[in-house]
Amino acid sequence: MERNLSFIALFAALIAALGLIPKIDMAFGVPITAQSLGVMLCGTILGARRGFLAVALFLFLVALGLPLLAGGRGGLGVFVSPTAGYLVGFLLSALVVGFIVERLPSHHLTLGVSLAAIVGGIGVMHICGIVGMAITLNKSIGEATMLALPFIPGDFVKAIVAGFITSTLVKARPEAVLSRA
Amino acid sequence: MISLTSEIRTPYHTWRARPKMLALCFSTLLITIAGSLLWSFAACMAVFSLYLWPGLAFLRQGLRMLRPLWIFVVVVLIWHWVTGALLQGFEISLRLVACVGLANLVTMTTRLDDMLTVTEGLLRPLGRFGLDPKRLSIALALVIRFTPSLVEKGGKLIEAWRARSAKRPGWRIVLPFSLIAIDDAEHISDALRARGGLN
Repeated sequence: MERNLSFIALFAALIAALGLIPKIDMAFGVPITAQSLGVMLCGTILGARRGFLAVALFLFLVALGLPLLAGGRGGLGVFVSPTAGYLVGFLLSALVVGFIVERLPSHHLTLGVSLAAIVGGIGVMHICGIVGMAITLNKSIGEATMLALPFIPGDFVKAIVAGFITSTLVKARPEAVLSRA
Repeated sequence: MISLTSEIRTPYHTWRARPKMLALCFSTLLITIAGSLLWSFAACMAVFSLYLWPGLAFLRQGLRMLRPLWIFVVVVLIWHWVTGALLQGFEISLRLVACVGLANLVTMTTRLDDMLTVTEGLLRPLGRFGLDPKRLSIALALVIRFTPSLVEKGGKLIEAWRARSAKRPGWRIVLPFSLIAIDDAEHISDALRARGGLN
């Protein structure tokens, strides 16, 4: 019980910290924040239920008015802004990624986790985000998709990194990867 | 940790949190369903004057909070200009600024603990599904305590990287960073258990 709670809290803090440390060059010199990578890691490392709770805890603190989103944003305003759909996407994406990773076979884990992160962390995340932008900006789904497209290549890099990190952690700290325990 | 509550004292700070949140929900709904250029303009002007009332310094702070929106406003305006429906573009932009501005205003004038008191009441029904308010408050406290600590440790990892390499720190930082979070979590869980646990 204590362990569940401390992992959920520390991973909520990890999502925040990944958005707040100075931008990391993920690849090709494109500086993108690693916040959504944090969300993917919640799913891949904590599993569906705990990953979902960690993201929920993070979003709860954002709503209360702590500047924890990338670039120091937060407060109730972000939940009615065009990117609000992505916040819903954060929640569902951790859930879906965790659900898949819990059911993966042990061989080719890096590949499996990366694919899970692509399905949940890119697919589910952007579907929610695009619907959110379509609603707030009065656009069709197709038009909103064009706004999301520039971010997708960077997200593929994050998904592959999430796969690599998770499979390495399974070797280094097998008991800490709760999704595979 | 710094919260987004404004240190400039305004009359809104003295208003109670629950009616403020209710008014926010109601007005956001109204602005969203009204949907005409005149309405959006009126709403935007109303929000603007709410910010102006406590003074220019507060208005400036409010405008700073709205900064992440400008890119969307620009995209929407260009889009609608190209498609020949510029007026609709203005309507969408004004509505967006009014809604986000109003929500930011509540955040800027409500203290974290007041906000927490309101949400405690709202979350009480979830107790039936196993949400224990005591555990929630410990979890919230842990996140607030450990986010700055993780940011600091992440900064040290980046410095250590720079001391050894001419390249910029990349995704390789994220693995040791996750390990730090995991190890902290293990230590905290031991510490919680040593102090009698959660039950």
